[in-house]
Amino acid sequence: MWRGCLLTGMLVWLAATPASAFVAYVSNEKGNTVTVIDTNSWAVTKTIKVGQRPRGIEFSRDGKFVMVAVGDDDTIQVIDTKTQEIVDTLPSGPDPELFTQDAAGKTMYVANENDNTVTVIDLEKRARLGDIQVGVEPEGMTISPDGKILINTSETTNMAHFIDTTTRQIVANVLVDSRPRFAQFKRDGSELWVSSEIGGTVSIVDPVKREVTGKITFEIPGLRNEAIQPVGIGMTKDGKTAFVALGPANRVAVVDGATHKVLKYLLVGQRVWHMDFTPDEKYLMVTNGVSNDVSVIDVAAQKVIKTIQVGELPWGITIAQP
Amino acid sequence: MFRWLIGTIALSMMATGALAADPVEIHIGYLGHAGVKSTLSLVQQPADNDGIAGARLAIEDNNTTGKFLNQRFVLDEAKVKDSDDVAKVATDLAGRNDFIITDLSADALLKVADALHDRGTVLLNAGATDDRLREQDCRANVIHIAPTRSMLADALGQYLVWKQWKRWLLVVGSHDQDKLYADALRRAATRFGAKIVQERTFEDTGGARRTDSGVTLIQRQMPVFTQQAPAYDVLVAADESEMFANYLPYRTWDPRPVAGSAGLVPTSWDATHDQWGAVQIQNRFVKLNMRRMTALDMQAWTAARMIGEATSRTNSGDPERVIAFLKGKDFSIAAFKGTRLTLRDWNWQLRQPILLADGRMVVSVSPQEGFLHQVSELDTLGVDRPETKCKLQ
Repeated sequence: MWRGCLLTGMLVWLAATPASAFVAYVSNEKGNTVTVIDTNSWAVTKTIKVGQRPRGIEFSRDGKFVMVAVGDDDTIQVIDTKTQEIVDTLPSGPDPELFTQDAAGKTMYVANENDNTVTVIDLEKRARLGDIQVGVEPEGMTISPDGKILINTSETTNMAHFIDTTTRQIVANVLVDSRPRFAQFKRDGSELWVSSEIGGTVSIVDPVKREVTGKITFEIPGLRNEAIQPVGIGMTKDGKTAFVALGPANRVAVVDGATHKVLKYLLVGQRVWHMDFTPDEKYLMVTNGVSNDVSVIDVAAQKVIKTIQVGELPWGITIAQP
Repeated sequence: MFRWLIGTIALSMMATGALAADPVEIHIGYLGHAGVKSTLSLVQQPADNDGIAGARLAIEDNNTTGKFLNQRFVLDEAKVKDSDDVAKVATDLAGRNDFIITDLSADALLKVADALHDRGTVLLNAGATDDRLREQDCRANVIHIAPTRSMLADALGQYLVWKQWKRWLLVVGSHDQDKLYADALRRAATRFGAKIVQERTFEDTGGARRTDSGVTLIQRQMPVFTQQAPAYDVLVAADESEMFANYLPYRTWDPRPVAGSAGLVPTSWDATHDQWGAVQIQNRFVKLNMRRMTALDMQAWTAARMIGEATSRTNSGDPERVIAFLKGKDFSIAAFKGTRLTLRDWNWQLRQPILLADGRMVVSVSPQEGFLHQVSELDTLGVDRPETKCKLQ
């Protein structure tokens, strides 16, 4: 009897918290909501009402909070991951879209589309430390693995701006193709990848020389060239495999991280935008704006295994251990 | 004394040399026509700086980028009256600028293009929609940013056919430009399988657009004017001269939607367009100009941005390199239309999606889904390469 009870209890416990249970948060740009997805059951567990036009979304470094930029409310809202409720707001500057944090989780950098600036925020003091003037329509944000360089892309200026995180001065500007949307470093810092939505390419930038050393182009038979619009990028920690969301091409390209060759195109939902891995890198989840869903990709098999309905116009996604 | 003077000159020359870090200056001229046309709707009345305001914003945008590349952009504005010698004004402007954005009538633009032909000055046509400027009267030194009437008509035609509103009642104004627009609409109907069930002409008999008791009269006129029409799905109006089209919605004898010059209007830009990042430029524009952005503003913005794009890609202010880039295969420009815009190399017309707007919202954007093309779906709008009459020279 006791044994039976214990066994049943263990089984229940095992089923409830398997090793791969993570929680994904999806910002729905038009729905003004954040959808919470359990990555074990792939089920929507909660829909959180947030401010207007939620886009950039990211876990805090300590995993306790999810921060979501609500552009039309000119702020960043903070969701407590325990209660899954909004508990705070950050002084982001006008129309925040994408943001990034330093490794310590103390400083946040926000791209403000409306006044050509990057805003620096002290996360502990909840205070605005200053602004950095960048090009027209700042968008993509990332920090080099050594924390020394902040990258910001500007969509109409078409540059990746290299900003020294200590002096907060621009130290280099690298011209890339039209409407650079997203930037990501390889974990070893050897390459910076920048996607250009209208240019239709991903530029490979040498972070030391600060120049473009290569470009990834995409060709999908039967699809007009203009429909291929690279936006989100996801790269495995070992830098061997990368995934690039191709927007209205409705596909995610699988790219060899070393040779930069496109290996495969995975058909997902309509207007695929941003993506994130589960922390174990078994799965990659991508947001499909127009079809209002999220596709789940099995990373090893390079296959789409699941589609999950979310809110209206899903835009960004962030995943971490609960 | 003389020696001292020469010494000073030499010194000042050295000083200029030492300032090699001075930004490269790129001078862009803007040649517009004086006076604005009268519109039926007060809110559509163009501002005095219609067009120029867009170019000014592009100059700001270019300069934000330019500060990273040590380039500086300057706009040199000129306006011509009908009585002015436009070729002379343009030649003066060309003396100070390598590129000139124009908002001129077709005839004036041709005069300017021919006057500047030998200097190599390139004109960017932001204002004239005439198809002939891209066809039989095309010029190698003119790049067209404004869409053509046929592009606008095709954009509307595709949508109406997609909507299954295939029976059109075409009402045409009595002025030349109305007839040209009607030609484009007839062509669109034929291309996309719509049927013009009847055509009517709205004669301009003179009269004021503003009166204190106009509504009463219009309310009696318009139903009568549109009665006894064969069965139709949509009334398509060609009224570039702004005489009647905006009187039609809600006043037709049969309850039918209106499109063309009123109701659902095809346009390169609308103040309500907010997709594909457009809200950013709309905000920048309002901040700079204290009013909303029109199609002409957008066309001028795009023209000046194209120069900015080419100078940053070539890292040069040399007009020959800039133009070679614009006319080369690597050129494309982002203009908040959800796709890259490129130039048709047979007549230097900018390919572009066309918005369909009703004054309050963007209803749709053409090309419509399903209108396919072997090169670019944008070439389903307007006169395509196999049909062109243009021989560039």
